[in-house]
Amino acid sequence: MANEIKLPALKENVEVVEVNAIKVAVGDVVAKDQALLEVQADKAALEVPSPLSGKVVQILVKVGDQVKIGQPFIQIDGAGGSAAPAPKAEAKPAPAAAKAPAPSPVPSSAPPAPATHAPTPAPVAVTTPPAPQAAAPVVFNTHVVASPGTRRLAREMGIDLTRVAATGPGGRLTEDDLKNHVRAQASGGGSSGVPSAPPLPRFEELGPVERQPLSAIRRATARQMAIAWSQIPHVTLDDVSDITDLEAFRKSQDGKGPKLTVTAFALKALAIALREFPAFNSSLDLHNHHLVLKKFINIGVAVDTEAGLLVPVVRDVDKKSVRHLATDLTAIAERARAKKLDSSELTGGTFTLTNLGGIGSTGFTPIVNWPEVAILGLSRGRLEPVWKNGAFVPRLMVPLSLSFDHLVIDGAAAGRFTRRVADLLENPLSMLVDA
Amino acid sequence: MQTIQTQLLVLGGGPGGYAAAFLAADRGFQVTLVDASGKLGGTCLQVGCIPSKALLHVAKLIAEAKDAPHFGVTFGAPKIDLKGVRGHWQKVTETLTKSLAKLAEARKIRFISGRGKFLDAHTVVVDDSTQITFDNAIVATGSIPAMPQAFQIGSKRVMDSTGALALEEIPGSLLVIGGGYIGLEMGTVYASLGSKVTVVEGTDGLIPNADRDLVAPLHKRLEGLFSKILLKHKVSKIEEVGKDIRATLEDPSGKPIIENFHRVLVSVGRRPATRDLGIEKTGIVLDDKGFIPVNAQRRTSVQHIYAIGDSAGEPQLAHKASFEGKVAVEALSGEPVVYDVAAVPAVIFTDPEIAWCGLTETDAQKQGIEVKKLKMPWAGSGRALTKGRTEGLTKLLVDPKTERLLGVGICGVDAGEMIGEAMLALEMGATARDLALTMHAHPTLSETVMEAAEHMYGLSVHSAPAKRG
Repeated sequence: MANEIKLPALKENVEVVEVNAIKVAVGDVVAKDQALLEVQADKAALEVPSPLSGKVVQILVKVGDQVKIGQPFIQIDGAGGSAAPAPKAEAKPAPAAAKAPAPSPVPSSAPPAPATHAPTPAPVAVTTPPAPQAAAPVVFNTHVVASPGTRRLAREMGIDLTRVAATGPGGRLTEDDLKNHVRAQASGGGSSGVPSAPPLPRFEELGPVERQPLSAIRRATARQMAIAWSQIPHVTLDDVSDITDLEAFRKSQDGKGPKLTVTAFALKALAIALREFPAFNSSLDLHNHHLVLKKFINIGVAVDTEAGLLVPVVRDVDKKSVRHLATDLTAIAERARAKKLDSSELTGGTFTLTNLGGIGSTGFTPIVNWPEVAILGLSRGRLEPVWKNGAFVPRLMVPLSLSFDHLVIDGAAAGRFTRRVADLLENPLSMLVDA
Repeated sequence: MQTIQTQLLVLGGGPGGYAAAFLAADRGFQVTLVDASGKLGGTCLQVGCIPSKALLHVAKLIAEAKDAPHFGVTFGAPKIDLKGVRGHWQKVTETLTKSLAKLAEARKIRFISGRGKFLDAHTVVVDDSTQITFDNAIVATGSIPAMPQAFQIGSKRVMDSTGALALEEIPGSLLVIGGGYIGLEMGTVYASLGSKVTVVEGTDGLIPNADRDLVAPLHKRLEGLFSKILLKHKVSKIEEVGKDIRATLEDPSGKPIIENFHRVLVSVGRRPATRDLGIEKTGIVLDDKGFIPVNAQRRTSVQHIYAIGDSAGEPQLAHKASFEGKVAVEALSGEPVVYDVAAVPAVIFTDPEIAWCGLTETDAQKQGIEVKKLKMPWAGSGRALTKGRTEGLTKLLVDPKTERLLGVGICGVDAGEMIGEAMLALEMGATARDLALTMHAHPTLSETVMEAAEHMYGLSVHSAPAKRG
C-alpha cells in the first residue's frame, strides 16, 4: 500500500523549501530515517528523512521545485504492505541543527521541541499511517508573567511572549500588550518582515517580462536586509589602509601551507579591534533597554555563491592564528558553494566582514547584519602614489568601509575603530603584539 | 484473541486518563480506555482522595461534637457503626464511578477492563485476551503505595493507604510510619474513631515539604489528637507477635524503643506504576525514579505516545494529572499547547487543613529569592472566631520589587477551599495591590487573604498597631 509522504515542518518560520537534491529513485528500497531529499530552508541545507521503510513508488517533486510544508513529495510502499503503521514523519535537520531541537523528552521548562503533530481528530482511515500535520512550531512562553488565557492566545498567534514588552503592574504582560505588539509588527512589516510596498505597476502592459520565483536564499536575504534596513539607522565611514608590507609578507608565505588571504588577516585585525571596542561586538535589546556585549567573537564572512549571498560564521576568531583562520575560510567557502552549510554554521555571528576586493569596487556601503551593530567592507586594493619622506612612492592601498548602527555607535568611535583596523593591517607585526 | 484498532488508546482510567479520554472523544477521536481495576476513577476515586475525604468528614463531625461544649451544646459519646462509616465512602465512590461510566458511554468510549502491556510502539495486549493496535497512546497508569521490603511481613495488620481505607476494625493502637499527608489524614481518621495513634517521622517535622509556620498549628492540634508524634525517629523493624505488631523504633540517638501496636499504616510515599507495562518495548526509557520522561507537551521520546499524571513525574496529584491529560489531548489535536502552569496547588485535608501554591518560604530561602512575607493570623478574623478555630494563618510571599504575588500558604479550617483564589491570583500574575483592592465578602475566612495583602501598604483593618514605648 503506497503512502503519500508529506513534507514535515523542518525549521522555525520556514513554510516553503527548495529541493536541492533528490536522494532516492523510483524502485529504491529505503529504510526509515534514510534521507529522501536535501532541501534548502532559508539559507540552510537540510535532509528530509523517510518516516517509514519501504519501496519508492513515485517521486512527486524535482530539483529546483519549491515545496510547501505539508505538501506530498513522494510515495512509498510501506514495507510490502505491512500492517504496522509507521510513526509520524519527523523533521530531522542536517547534522549540527539536530543538536538543539531534538525529539527526546525535555523538562517542562526546556526550549521548544519541534512540533510535528498527530493526526487531526476528524475520523481518518485507520489503516493509513497518520500523516504529519503542518503546523507552526509551538512557542513555549514559559516564565512570562501573563494570564493563562493570554499565554494561550500568544501561542495560537505564534508569538513568543518573551519578545513582547509588558506594561501591566508587576511586569505583567496583558492582552493589550500582545495586540500592540502585533500592530507594531504589522506596521513595521508584513508577516515576512518585509515592509509592505505600494502595488507594482503592470509591467506586462509595458512590454514582455519574465517572472522568476525567488529562490530560498534570495527570500532569506531579502527578509534579513529588510529587517536590518528598518531597524538600523545606518552610517558608513570610509578609510584606507596601506597594506604594502602585509602584501609583501603574504606573498612570501605562498606555498607554505594554506593560502594566507587578506580576508584572513582582516579577521585577525578585527578580532583585536573588537576586543578593544566591545560596543562593536554587541547587540541592542531595545525592549529591555540593554546593550548586550558578547564575550565571544564570531565573524560572519560574506561569500558570493552561484545560488546567492551566504554568510557563514567563523567562530572564536580571537582564539585562532591567521593560518588557522585561512584554513577555516577555505573550508567554509567551499561548503557554502557546495550548499552544504547547516543552520548552525550560518548563525551566531557577532560582526560581519565582506570583502569585495576580488571583484572590484573603490568603496561601498554594506548593510549591517542585524542584530549585529557593525559590518566592515573591503574594496580592491590598488597602487596609489603616497607622499612619504619627501617623495611620492607607490603604495598598495585598500579602502575600508565600515557601516554601523547609530543607535549604538557614534561617528567618533567608528572612526577610531576603523583606524585601528587599518593600523593593524598596515603594521602586521603589531597583530602579533596585540593578539 | 480479540483484535481491535483504535485512534487513541488511553492506558489508565484515573483523573488523568479519564479526563484525557473524555476530552479526546469530544474532539472527535475514536478512543479506547483500558483500566486494570475494571472501573473508572483510578486511585483517586477508588482508593485515594475521595474515600479518605469521606472518612475525614466523619472525623470532623466527631471532632466538632467534641468541641461543642465550648458553644453550650453537649453531645453524648459517639457510637461508631463501622459498617455505616465504610458505607459512607463506598456510596460516594459508587455514585461517582457510575456517573463516570455513564459519561464515558455517552461519549462512545470503548472501555476494556484489564491490565494493558505494550508489545511494541503501536500495540498493547490486555490480559492476553485483547490486542489493541493504536495510532496514538496516552499512558496514565498512575502510582501505587510504596512498601519498603522491611515492612513486607505478610501480615494484614500492616496496611498501606488502601488497607487503611478498608477500615476492617478500629484498632486499639495504630502506628503510622511517615508523617506526610497520607499518614496524617488517615491517622486523623483512626484517632477520631478511637485508636491511639503514634506517628513516626524520620525528618524533624511533619509534612516536610510545607513551611514550618503553616505546619505549627496543625502539629499543635495533632498533639492533642494523637497519642505520640515521634520526629527524627525511625522504624527499623516490625514483626507480627500474636495479635499485635511489635515495632522496633529508633530514637534520634539510635536507641531502640520496642512497642506493640494493633495495626500499622505504612505511608512513606507512592511510586509510579510503570514497571510492568512493557514500556521498554516502545523505546521509552524510564528515568531512575521510574517516571516516564516527557516534554512540555507531555509527549514521550516516542512521538505518538504521551504520558501524564503520577506515571509521568511529580507532584503526584490528581488535579495535575487531569490538567496534563487536557494538554496531551490538545497537543495531539495539533494545538499550540504546553504545560506551563504558574503553580500547582497542594492541600492537606487534616484538621486544620494546610494548603499552599507557588513559592514556599523554604524554597525562597534555599534559592536565595528575596521575598516580602505578609502574614495575617486568623486571631483577627471574625469568621474564624465564630467557628472557634483561630489557630489559622494566611501568608503571602510577594516580590518586593514588583509587588507581584509569588506564593501563598494557608493553615486553618477550609484552607483547601481558599487556595483557589490564590491560584487564580498567581496564574493572572496579580500583585499584592490587586488582592488588597479586591473586595472580599464579610465575614469569611477569605478576607484574611485581602488583609494579608494590605500589609504590603501599611496596616490591615484587623491588625493591631505595634505598641509604642
